[in-house]
Amino acid sequence: MVTGVSRFLGARVAARLAADPRIERVIGLDPNEPPAGLAGLLDDVELIRADARAASGAIADLGAEAMVHLAVTSAPDPHAGGRAAMKEQNVIGTMQLIAAAQAAPKLRKLVIRSSTAAYGASFKDPAVFTEETEPRAVPRGSFARDILDIEGYVRGFRRRRPGVDATVLRFAPFLSSTADTTLTRYFSQPLVPTVWGRDARLQFVHVDDALEILHRSVIEDHPGTFNVAGAGVLSLSQAVRRAGRISVPLLEGTLSSVAAVARTVGIGQIGLDQIDLFVHGRVVDTTRLVREFGFTPRTTAEAFEDFMQGHRAGSTLTADRLAAAEQAILDGIRRVRAAAEQTADTAVGGDRS
Amino acid sequence: MSQEERRRALPGHSDFTLPAAAAPKAVNGRRPVPRAGRRTQAADAPVPDAPTSDAPAPEPEQPADVVDVWDQRIAGALAFLRRRLAGAYEIDDFGFDPELTDSVFYPMLRVLYRDWFRTEVYGIENVPDTGGGLLVGNHSGTLALDAVMLSVALRDRHPQDRYLRLLGADLVFRMPMLSELARKAGATVACHPDAERLMSAGELVGVFPEGFKGIGKRYADRYKLQRFGRGGFVSAALRTGTPIIPVAIVGAEEVYPMLADLKPLARLLGVPYFPVTPTFPWLGPLGLVPLPSKWLIQFCPPIPTAHLTEFADDPMVVYNLSDQVRETIQATLHTLLEKRPDPFGP
Repeated sequence: MVTGVSRFLGARVAARLAADPRIERVIGLDPNEPPAGLAGLLDDVELIRADARAASGAIADLGAEAMVHLAVTSAPDPHAGGRAAMKEQNVIGTMQLIAAAQAAPKLRKLVIRSSTAAYGASFKDPAVFTEETEPRAVPRGSFARDILDIEGYVRGFRRRRPGVDATVLRFAPFLSSTADTTLTRYFSQPLVPTVWGRDARLQFVHVDDALEILHRSVIEDHPGTFNVAGAGVLSLSQAVRRAGRISVPLLEGTLSSVAAVARTVGIGQIGLDQIDLFVHGRVVDTTRLVREFGFTPRTTAEAFEDFMQGHRAGSTLTADRLAAAEQAILDGIRRVRAAAEQTADTAVGGDRS
Repeated sequence: MSQEERRRALPGHSDFTLPAAAAPKAVNGRRPVPRAGRRTQAADAPVPDAPTSDAPAPEPEQPADVVDVWDQRIAGALAFLRRRLAGAYEIDDFGFDPELTDSVFYPMLRVLYRDWFRTEVYGIENVPDTGGGLLVGNHSGTLALDAVMLSVALRDRHPQDRYLRLLGADLVFRMPMLSELARKAGATVACHPDAERLMSAGELVGVFPEGFKGIGKRYADRYKLQRFGRGGFVSAALRTGTPIIPVAIVGAEEVYPMLADLKPLARLLGVPYFPVTPTFPWLGPLGLVPLPSKWLIQFCPPIPTAHLTEFADDPMVVYNLSDQVRETIQATLHTLLEKRPDPFGP
């Protein structure tokens, strides 16, 4: 059973699992009808349209063995109820789903999508988070707070149903050439606002690798909490430069208010989650993931490169143009110097004669 | 450009405008003896130039050589600029950017290190060539200049040109701009996970256990080591089995002699102390120019900890070891101070 199949990640995971011959039956659970673009993926998936409360009855009846919970929204959608609906889905939805899972006797496995936002954001944070790191400060962002709540429910579930393998996957922000998230939209703008005086260290994970990890966590047994991110680090300024965009550093307060105004107007979705990320940065240790899953996700730089492939339009300072400019300036300087030397030579020659 | 590079560049300039060739020789003559010696070996060109200053014979080969150097330099600088603008460089998990550090930070700091503070380094052979090490130093000087000078000393003098990864107070990482400069130069927040991760990766980690108590002390208390906290640095070293290398730094106390500490103002600004030095609040930004004291840095023999790994949580072992490090640094400070009778001497 997969929740959140009307969304980008959920639909792809469900399709992947349905294509796997080892899995008998895949049920997609979502309160919304999948959009036309994703419906094609879900041909082999039995779809049940129900919200979490109605679903709790369905889960017991269906006798699901594994449950993948992906119905977690990372940003409030102003067209679908905003923050209130987001919290309803993330926190209340997860709570009800986990309550249902607790009552499902046949359940063996629970896979939860979490995020590296679970580590919070504090200036005292270590540079690299391991799975054991406790958040030092409650984050300001709504998504990060939801994630902390969700992980709290999973902890309770683990205590009450020790027989069920609970896998919590803490994903770094997703990137790929086709994915559409807050961060991909952010990096696709021609002018990218950043926080003045801060250059956060970022990590990304490629969507295909995330799918592979989710698939394996259903097929194989990997109880525990895992960081899922591409190795290596890009700083925000570096990422903006690699994307060929121009960064506009703003003071943190200014950026917050500008982002708030932009949100109410309906353009851009930079929230406190993103600002926290841009101030503090977030780097995780993926040693445990690589050891347990035997799978190494693409590095952060490669994931970003792939994202770039799909978003060439709108970049101004591309590497090619810079190289051309470099060559032009170098040639210019050489010419000027050659000319200067020539005049100097003739002057010296004139002196000698 | 560093002094050294400028000196090497001189023949090129003098060739370009012939009459100016006499000027560097005159400066050379007035310099003290050791400097003159270093200079002749660094730049051979002026020596053959001296007897034949009016003969045009060496001219055809020298301009060609000079043009090459400048061409390479411009091309190198442009390529560097292009790489920076295109984001084509690597940083590590802690945000350390070796390219930026080597080509921007160190050349600037080296001017302070060599020409302003005339730093002398002893015992560099005590720093291991490979593998981790925890360098523990005395902290002083109002602004933590001693930490950056120590990292320049290691990069410059160590046979393997090693980098020092400093551990800084979280106040540093709270400030915009400064936090990113510190991260790019290889520093990180002083906490157990980071320290242990760096040491296990075989890096040299620099720590100043006195913290703000050290840099915020009055000039009257100079070279008196403050309390070493709970010895957290020792347990981090024990857990990873990394040798501890005590380091004594003399000279940092005099760069900004702190006469008084305006505590209420400091509390208002949210900083641990507000210094009053002979120059600071009075001369405004000019007060930030450090006084040119003479610096000595001594690396002491390493204290091995590999055999004590299981005692990392034993407070007695940790405390004793921390005390041993403290005493070593204090004793070394005294011997170094005897070597340097005049703080502002040559």
